[in-house]
Amino acid sequence: MVPKRSVISSFAKKEFFHIIRDPRSLVILFLMPILQLIMFGYALKMEIQQVNLAVIDFNRSLSSHHLIDQFRGSHYFRPFYFDGSIEQIETLFKARQAHAVMVIPHDFNRQLQRHRSTPVQFIVDASDANAATTIRNYIAQTIRIFNQSHNRIEALPFEVRSTIFFNPDKKSTYFFVPGIIALLLVMISAMLTSITITREKETGTLEQILVSPIKSYQIILGKVLPYIFLAFAIGVIILLIGIFLFGVPFRGSIILLLVLSTLYILTALSLGLMISTIARTQQVAMMIALISTLLPTFMLSGFIFPIASMPEILQYFTYLVPAKYYLFIARGIILKGSNLMHLLQPTIFLLIMSLVLLVISIRKFEITLED
Amino acid sequence: MNETAVKTENLTRKFGDFTAVDRVSIEVNRGEIFGFLGANGAGKTTMIRMLCGLLVPTGGMGHVAGFDIRTESEKIKQNIGYMSQKFSLYNDLTISENIDFYGGIYGLSPAEVKEKKIRILKELNLIRWANSMTADLPPGFKQGLALGTAMLHDPPIVFLDEPTSGVDPASRREFWEVIHQSAAKGITIFVTTHFMDEAEYCNRISIMSAGSIIALDTPRNLKKHHQRDSIQQVFIDLMKEETQSPENRAG
Repeated sequence: MVPKRSVISSFAKKEFFHIIRDPRSLVILFLMPILQLIMFGYALKMEIQQVNLAVIDFNRSLSSHHLIDQFRGSHYFRPFYFDGSIEQIETLFKARQAHAVMVIPHDFNRQLQRHRSTPVQFIVDASDANAATTIRNYIAQTIRIFNQSHNRIEALPFEVRSTIFFNPDKKSTYFFVPGIIALLLVMISAMLTSITITREKETGTLEQILVSPIKSYQIILGKVLPYIFLAFAIGVIILLIGIFLFGVPFRGSIILLLVLSTLYILTALSLGLMISTIARTQQVAMMIALISTLLPTFMLSGFIFPIASMPEILQYFTYLVPAKYYLFIARGIILKGSNLMHLLQPTIFLLIMSLVLLVISIRKFEITLED
Repeated sequence: MNETAVKTENLTRKFGDFTAVDRVSIEVNRGEIFGFLGANGAGKTTMIRMLCGLLVPTGGMGHVAGFDIRTESEKIKQNIGYMSQKFSLYNDLTISENIDFYGGIYGLSPAEVKEKKIRILKELNLIRWANSMTADLPPGFKQGLALGTAMLHDPPIVFLDEPTSGVDPASRREFWEVIHQSAAKGITIFVTTHFMDEAEYCNRISIMSAGSIIALDTPRNLKKHHQRDSIQQVFIDLMKEETQSPENRAG
């Protein structure tokens, strides 16, 4: 009988030649994700840095100045005086000149001197709900600091002191970089393999292979192996750039991250192969690979939108998105130093997904031969 | 192996309502050069694809090298060589790498592959080209190399599906010389073509039209029977008869 390993390795070797004989594509393959990582990494931020705060100060006292200075002092706000009436606030929002308005009452100074509580009105533009929530939190924090130094009347019944773990500065970049890596890895890997079989369908070489005694699983494994190395090399580069360029603190085991990244790459390569067995042309295969990885990873993996806040039906769909599991893994290892025991569940899910996709590819491939 | 290399009985293949191959029965002997003639769409390629195990027949029976084409296609694949209309070597691999690859997927040992590689390259005068990209090879050589590669594992039966389309006349002659040499060694050659002059080189030819065989004999007998000097004229006569009375087909 045919020695199995040599058949698979002959096939893998041939695929490897295809890869290295096309240096132009190779350069694109390495450069594209690096550029995308850098672009996304700088663009994707949840922090709102410069909140334009319009101030209507009816008091014009030393105290009200202190309050405004307090806002100016925090690097989140850019306060400016607004001389118009309260009715004109809407115009400010509509023209995007202010994100929030602060109204200081006539008796602000007097009430503070008497150690009494006094209301200061804030109006926040909530057309962007997330931004409005963030702005409200910033305001509350700034006011709290002001009260502590200028107004010591109220002894609170209890005080909430929260300690924030893993990302004390709450930098959203730390959260997004693993997501971008997850997106780029799945996209590139799936696209890589999606064209391999369709290309051979187009050139006619597939037919020549199919009349040989080679088995479908040998073809599928021979196709997947060289691409694991290629995608792994790309993966290492974008992981390193992601972590060092954006200064993401790395707390876990780099080896564990690399091993599990390889598993994730395998899942994506298998998905690409499955697409390749179905699609008839390279272009169709590329389109399917792009759509089936880009959108679900963006929307349903927890990359940007928390899965917990999705409608229940959509939450079920997220189980089919490999990036969901990889995000658990990557964020866990990078930000929290999770070990394999912590990440057993997503790891098993990725393993099962890869196996199922590979088996479907082999089966589909056997069927394709017949028509 | 017995003396019959390929045998079919009422072999049929339908694609939906369309019958590409309609109850074809043939018997090809070992060492024979068996030609399949017909216009495009006559069913030649479908016939070959069924015999190679690329297509499952929808009716009838067939045996290749003594194995059933329905149930023993894996064993058939070990015993056949196949060369399709399209150039089937990888243009981005060197000639040597292409031979290594096909040797590998047929499970030949590296030593065997090496020995055969030298033999093929010598026969084709391509030793100097071994490490050149296959894409850079002149078209005539490409065809010869594809044939050599298809026969790398010494198959007793070789299927050639329009192997000489797009090849210049001189290279075609050389190609047919190789085919004759192979047949002399006992290899069965099953070849489709639409070049009528090539049909003269075959031991026997069958002419297909609309999925059926309308004539099957040696080139000499066919010419004698139709009182013509060339197969080309025989073919034209047969096609005329076909269009005049499509229901009057030999089945």
